This record gives sequence, C-alpha cells and structure tokens, in this order.
Amino acid sequence: MIAWTIYITFAGAVLLLIMPRIFARWIALATTAAGLFTSVIAFFQISIVDLSTFKTIVRVPWVPMLGMNYHLAVDGISLTMILVTGLVAVASVLFSWDVEHRPGEFFFWLLLVVGGSYGVFLSADLFLLFLFYELVIVPKYFLIAIWGSTNKEYGAMKLTLYSFFGGALVFVGIIAAYVTAGSLDLQQLAQFQFTAQLQSWAFPVLFIGFAVLAGIWPLHTWAPTGHVAAPTAGSMLLAGIVMKLGSYAGLRVAMNLFPQGFQMWRVWIAVLAVIGIVYAAGVALRQRDLKFVIGYSSVSHMGFVLLGFASANVLGVSGAVLQMFSHGVIGALLFAVAGRMVYRRTHTRDLDALSDMGLGRALPFAAFSFVIASAASMGIPGFSGFAAEVTILIGAWKAYPLAVWITGTGMVFVAAFTLRALKKSFFGESASEVRTQKGRAPVDADWKEQQGITVRITLSEKCGACLLMFVTLAVGLYPKLLLDRIMPAVEAMRFLK
Amino acid sequence: MNYLELLKLASPEAIIAVTALAVLGIGLASTRASGICSFAATLGLALAIGAVTILPQQATLLHGMLVITPLTSLFKIICLALAFFTALLARSDRSSRNPGEYLAMLLLATIGLMLLVGTEELLMIFIGLELTSLSLYIMTAFDKTDVRSAEAGLKYFLFGSTASAFTLFGLSFIYGMSGTTGLAAIGQKLATQPMQPLLFVGILMTLVGLAFKVAAAPFHLWAPDAYQGAPVPSAAFIASGSKVASFVVLGKIVLVGFAPVHGSAAWHAMIAGWSPVLAALAALSILVGNLVALVQTNVRRLLAYSAVAHAGYTLLGLIAGGRDGFSATLFYTTVYAFTLVGAFGVVAMVRRETGGDDLTNFSALSSRSPLLAGCMAVFLLSLAGLPPLAGFFGKFYLFSVALRAGANHGLLWLVALALLGSFISLYYYLIVLKVIFVEEKSQPATSPALSSLGEGGDFLQRVTLAVLAGVVVFFGIMPATLVARIIASLP
Repeated sequence: MIAWTIYITFAGAVLLLIMPRIFARWIALATTAAGLFTSVIAFFQISIVDLSTFKTIVRVPWVPMLGMNYHLAVDGISLTMILVTGLVAVASVLFSWDVEHRPGEFFFWLLLVVGGSYGVFLSADLFLLFLFYELVIVPKYFLIAIWGSTNKEYGAMKLTLYSFFGGALVFVGIIAAYVTAGSLDLQQLAQFQFTAQLQSWAFPVLFIGFAVLAGIWPLHTWAPTGHVAAPTAGSMLLAGIVMKLGSYAGLRVAMNLFPQGFQMWRVWIAVLAVIGIVYAAGVALRQRDLKFVIGYSSVSHMGFVLLGFASANVLGVSGAVLQMFSHGVIGALLFAVAGRMVYRRTHTRDLDALSDMGLGRALPFAAFSFVIASAASMGIPGFSGFAAEVTILIGAWKAYPLAVWITGTGMVFVAAFTLRALKKSFFGESASEVRTQKGRAPVDADWKEQQGITVRITLSEKCGACLLMFVTLAVGLYPKLLLDRIMPAVEAMRFLK
Repeated sequence: MNYLELLKLASPEAIIAVTALAVLGIGLASTRASGICSFAATLGLALAIGAVTILPQQATLLHGMLVITPLTSLFKIICLALAFFTALLARSDRSSRNPGEYLAMLLLATIGLMLLVGTEELLMIFIGLELTSLSLYIMTAFDKTDVRSAEAGLKYFLFGSTASAFTLFGLSFIYGMSGTTGLAAIGQKLATQPMQPLLFVGILMTLVGLAFKVAAAPFHLWAPDAYQGAPVPSAAFIASGSKVASFVVLGKIVLVGFAPVHGSAAWHAMIAGWSPVLAALAALSILVGNLVALVQTNVRRLLAYSAVAHAGYTLLGLIAGGRDGFSATLFYTTVYAFTLVGAFGVVAMVRRETGGDDLTNFSALSSRSPLLAGCMAVFLLSLAGLPPLAGFFGKFYLFSVALRAGANHGLLWLVALALLGSFISLYYYLIVLKVIFVEEKSQPATSPALSSLGEGGDFLQRVTLAVLAGVVVFFGIMPATLVARIIASLP
C-alpha cells in the first residue's frame, strides 16, 4: 500500500498539467496530504517485526534482459524517511499558498521532487533508485530558477551541476557493482561478496557521489546558495527531503553493499563530518542573511548524520536516521519561518535590518515558531533534535571519542549562531528608534518600509507550522516511536556484522 | 533467381522509389500542390513500413547484396519512420519552394538508408552511402533564397566526397587483401591470416569515411554549418536517419567484417585493431563536442556540437563489441534519432514564428507555446540523459556494457570521460531550457503574415512533435519493448 505514495504523487503532478490553474494549490495539497495519510497509515499498520528487514512490496520485471526490476521494498529506515517526506511535502504546499506566479507549473515541479523522493526511499533496485534520484534534479532547477530570489539563476545552476556531478560518481559506482555482481537487486547485492580491491575504490566513489547531496564538507557549497536562492517551498524540500536522499542512499547502497570499503574509509568520513559540523557552524555565526544562517546550519546538522554513519554501530547509525527525520522537520520549519513568514512580509533577510523592525511584536506567531524551531535545532531536550544528536554522540563515543569532543565544541557554535539569529531577527532590542535613523539594510527597492509586516499570519501558514512543531515535539518526547522501527532495520544491515 | 522474387523482397524499396517518382510528377504538374505531395510521400512511407512487416524472416539475394534479417527489417522500419516524421515536419516549410522535388530527394535518401541497412556487402554499402549522401547534399542546399544553405551544401558536399573517396579507397584495400566483398567472408579470411599493415591502412580509411558520416571528431567540421544552414527538415534527417543507418552499417562492418582484428582499447592494455581507433575517435568527439557546445548561441549549432558528442557516446557500444555492445549502440542511436527529429521540429516551428533560431528566439517560449516548450524540454533532457526519458536508459545501457567489456574494467577511462562529458552537456542544455522557461521577456513581435501560414499544417506538426515526445518518454519508461526487439534481431 505504501507504494501508492509514489503513484498518487505522480498522478497529482500529471493532473496539475491538465487542470486550470485556480485548482493548482488544492490539487497539490490534496496530493501531498494523501501521500502523508498513506504513509501514516502504513507507519502504524505494518508491524514492527516486518520492518526489521528490507521487505519486498512490489516486484515486476521491467527490463528482463538487463536484470532490471520494478522492485520496491520497505523497512524501518525507509518508512521513517517516507514519513518525513510526507510531512515536509504537506507543509511546503501550505507555505506556498501565496504562489500566484505560474502556480500550475510550480506545484508540478514540487510534486515531482516529492514523488521522486518517495521513489528513492522505496526502491530496492539500483537502477530504479538511481532513476528516481536523478529525476529530482531538474525540478529543483526550475523551482529555484523561476520562483527563487537572491541570485537565483546562479544558485539553481550550481545546485543542479553539483547534484549531477554527484550523480555521475554514483553512476560509476552503480555500474561497477552491477557488472561485477551481475545484478541490480539491492537484496541480492547485499549478499554478494565484492572483492576488497573493488570495494576500496567503489565505496568512496559511490559514497561521495551520494554525500554531495547530503552536503558533505567540502562539497557542501551548493547547499547555502541553493537554499537561499530557492523559494520557501524549495528550501523546505531541499533541507527537509533532498539532502536526506543523499544520506539515505549512502547508507542503503554504498555502506550496505561495500562493508569492507566502508570500514576502510569510515575514519575519513568521520573527519569530514566533524569538519563539516564545526566549520559550517562557525560560518553560520558570521552570516548576515537569515537564510544563509539556516543554510549553513543544515550543513552542520547533516554533518551529524555522517558522523553517526561513521560510528558504524547500531546506536550511531540509528541516531543518524533519527537525525535525518528530525532535521527534515526542523530545517523545513526554520526555512518556512525565514522564507515565508518573515521574508514575504519584510522583503529583507538581513539580520541587522530585521533587528530594527521589532518583528517579535509584529509577528508573534512567527516568533513563537522560530523559538520552537531554534530550540529544536540547538538540541534542547524535549525536541527531536536532542534525541537524535545524543544518540549519535553516544554511538560516536564508542568509535571516535575525539570526534565527540570536537563536535561538542561545535555544538556551542550551533547554539551561538542560533541564538544570535533568533535575537537579531525577532528580538532586536533597539526596535523602532534605530530604524528611523538609517536604513542600512538592502531592502528591496520597490518595497515601502514596514507596510507588509502587519499582514497577519495566514491560516495555511499556521497549519503548516503547527504540523511541523507538533512532530518535532512528539518525536522529541517519545523517540521510541521511531527508534523501535529504525533500530532493528539498522541491525539487519551488513556492515554491522 | 527470378525477378519476381527480387521485386517481392525489395518491395519496400520499390514502393519508396515509385512514390518518389509520383511525388516528383505531382510537383511538376502543379507548383502549389504541397499538401498533395506530402500526403503522397507520407502514404508511400507508411505503405513501405507495412511492406517491411510482411517480408520473410530470413532471405539472402545476390550473394549477400541484399539480405533480410530481423535486424534489417527492424532498422528499415526505423529509418522509414524517421523519414515519415521528417516528411510531416517538412510540410509547409517555407524554404522548400518546390515541395515535390524536396520530398522526392527525401525519399531517395531513404532508399539509400534502406540499402545501407539491408546489405552485407562492401560494394552495396558504398552504393547506399553515395545514394544517401548525394540526396542529402541536394537537400542541404535546397533553400535557394538563403546563402547559408548554399554554403552548407557546398561544405557538406566537399567534405562528404572526400570522405567517400577515403572509404572507397579503404574498401579497395580490404578487397585486395581478402579477395571478397562479403562481410562474413572477409571476417573468415581475416581470422586465418596475420595482421598486415596494408590491411590496417584499409580499415583506417574505411573508418575515416564512416566517422565522417556519424560526425565523430575530428571529422565533424561539416556538421555545425550543415545543421545550421540547411533547411530544418534536411538537418533533422541528416542528424537522424543518416546517422542511424551509418551506425548500423559501421557496426556490421567492424563487428562482422573486422571482428578478428578487434584489438583492445583497455587502459594500459591496448592492442592494435580498430577498437583503439574508435576509442580515440569517441574520446575526442566527447571532449570536442561538449566543450565547443558550451559557447554556442545558436540552437542548431548547439545541437550540431552535441551531435558530435553523442556520436562519441554511441561509439562506446561498438568499442565494447559483442551482441550487448551492438544492441546498446543501436538502442542509443535510435532513441537519439527520434529525439533529434523532435528537437529540430521545435526549432523549425520557432524559426517560422520568430524568423531565427538563435537562443534569443527561444526566449520565453513556454509562455508563447507551452506544448512546444514542454516537448523541447523532453527532447533536451533526454539528450542530457535525465530520467525518466529514453536518453537516461540509453546511457546507462551503453556505459554498463562498456564497463563490462574488457577484463578488469579496462574501459573505465572512456566511461569516466563520457560521464564527464554528459556532466558538461547538462549545463548547455539547461541554458537552453532556462531561456525557454525562466526568461519572461515580452515576445518578439511576430508578423501577422507568418502566423496565418498553413493553420492545418501547424496543427499536424504540433501533433507530430507531441507524438515524438511521447515516443521519447515511452522508451524511457518501457525501454524493454525496444531492447527486446533489438537483442532478438541480433544474431
């Protein structure tokens, strides 16, 4: 049944092309909601025991002469990712309710990203997985280049070329696995013994290829510019889902197929992950653009995922999967507040300019959401971020204690830049007096100052924000809900044995 | 052998020849009968496709001059279908003031392609090549009002005739060394005798001529001018039909005729033969095509340079060799041909509407015509190799075959180069799509006289483009339908 998430989403996308534009957002909402509904039902319906292995749900011959099957499977990890995809998809549609410019096309591309992501998370055939993985690239380009802001064509092209470059590396790794083992089936490949020599080069090629999308340092530079240039829904999808495609595939394909290669290289993954965490947090501390702050925070948080992978034990990897879920929700919420609630009203994201506006009073709901999101992002207990990062750090402690020490300092940076952004954007102490003195902010030229701030937060924004806040709180308070499903699936993975 | 038998087995070619004469006659009788001409031509092509389907499975005539196998039948159908779509797109093309003559040339070129595909004999191959080439030279120079068309025709002719001379010279060497002109017999002869320098000269010269036909670097110099200057349907046919048939025949020559001197292009383990030569051609084509395409501002020139790069990718399958390699090459070139006919179709429509085919003429196409913009997106993204389009599967197939060939991933260097090439290519395809979808300038004023031109033809062309885009998507989602046929048809 969970396979229907894919079909529903693509059917919705096709429907959008046919139907008149006034229905566009409703169709998009209905489609994404149906996807979320399906995944929630599946989440509670499929028994936990069934989720401990990568279980086939659909398997149809596709190109029999080349051994390609239309093969979908699900386990606890992919189900978790499906769930976050559904959540972020619904929220991103709700936060795009005000898109008036070519809405039909906008939601068409958006649904393609969502549908492709569902496909990646459910694929049990390498070719199918790669197909869905590459399918997501071009919609991202159009979402950013047409509906974006700030340097959008540059950001869009950079992101697309980075993704495609990663895709090319993945391609080499996939073909190498395919021609050696003679199969594309992930379940069969996971049983196949590749030679150590092949693993030693195929693993890094494949893993780096996927990790480009996960924002691994030093190949992360597409992420901040892409996130900033993207429209709100685009940033939400990028941070919430697309970055997870990379880390999920890295886990499912690269690590699970080439365990020896993984063991050879995992210390380097840990090094890159720690550098990414600390470096991105440090850079975020110096940003003046609110979206750049959040963009770099995404890179930092994804560093935790990679660190969890590198720990190579059940706790660390399960924590990494939980972090993928958690950051998907939190990242989407942060971008929603920055991109939709603030930027659409103030037409600036410059922290200095925002601090002069007294947004805390003008937009109390936005301030509230941002406080929650920041707290979750900093890793305050009670939110999902805490549960995930603590699990990762405990796991990593067993493998690389030094990495945990360095990461600990990095987390101070995370708290510092989050608090700085929070204070500057919503709780600037100087409020109105300073604003009259000088307009030092690069506010859009055609915008009359302050005029838009009084526009109230709309219902759709409230619904979207509440949905995401509820989930991060719920998972933070009761992480067992997800961990129960994630951990057995992680235990079944080959590199742990 | 009786002539009735010959006529029966050559009935598709005969139908096309009769149609060509009929179209020519109609064109002579009335200068304004463009509708009737194109109807007759498309009808003839459709009939010929029908005739191919009722041919026997296997037949050999005149000692291999004309053979019928599942492979030849399949590719005759594909060539006919490409000609069919080209004829549809050539309707109401302003550049053709004598539609009858133009379509007759198209049909004659098609006969050449069918002969090329349906023979295993060096002489017949040469005759087929010449028949195709001569028709295509005329089609290229057909627009008498445009000096570029004349220039393109002359360049194409000069380069082409030189290449033909090379091929003929090479073939004569091979005949001299092996004493036969049948491909299979040559293969047997070569297997028994040691590699001789003279034979290698012959092989090299033959490959030069064929590399010219498929526009592989460094024999590609005619392509940009021909693609840009020729009337759009001619360019479409050069890029599609001519290329498919050339790859079929190139594959037959190297994999059947020269099979014993395959050599190896594996890194650090190169062995002399034709495959290192093709590997060098492929590597150069991929680099030159993609890098030069980056700076093009004319869409047709851009497609020309990308065609060079695609010729390079397609060669990968032949270098890998074997049944798998050949079938990957055939799949890729077929899909590529349909894609390019479609892309040139969109170019033709834009050119008619805006009077040019530079990037600026495509600006904001998506707001002027969502259908054309959508079709163009499908074609270009398929060329870039993105799913779920046919180009994606084609590339996967080609590259996996290439990596599997040769022990110890010897062709990895070529595959990596091809991947780098397609990485570069995404940039320039996206630039075109950016101009089409992202830019929102007000459209350049179209002169009212042009927009009234052939309303019916316009609709038909839109349908044709939509069908072609559908084909590209279909072969992307269900590649098995075509791959199974190709594999089954290979011996």
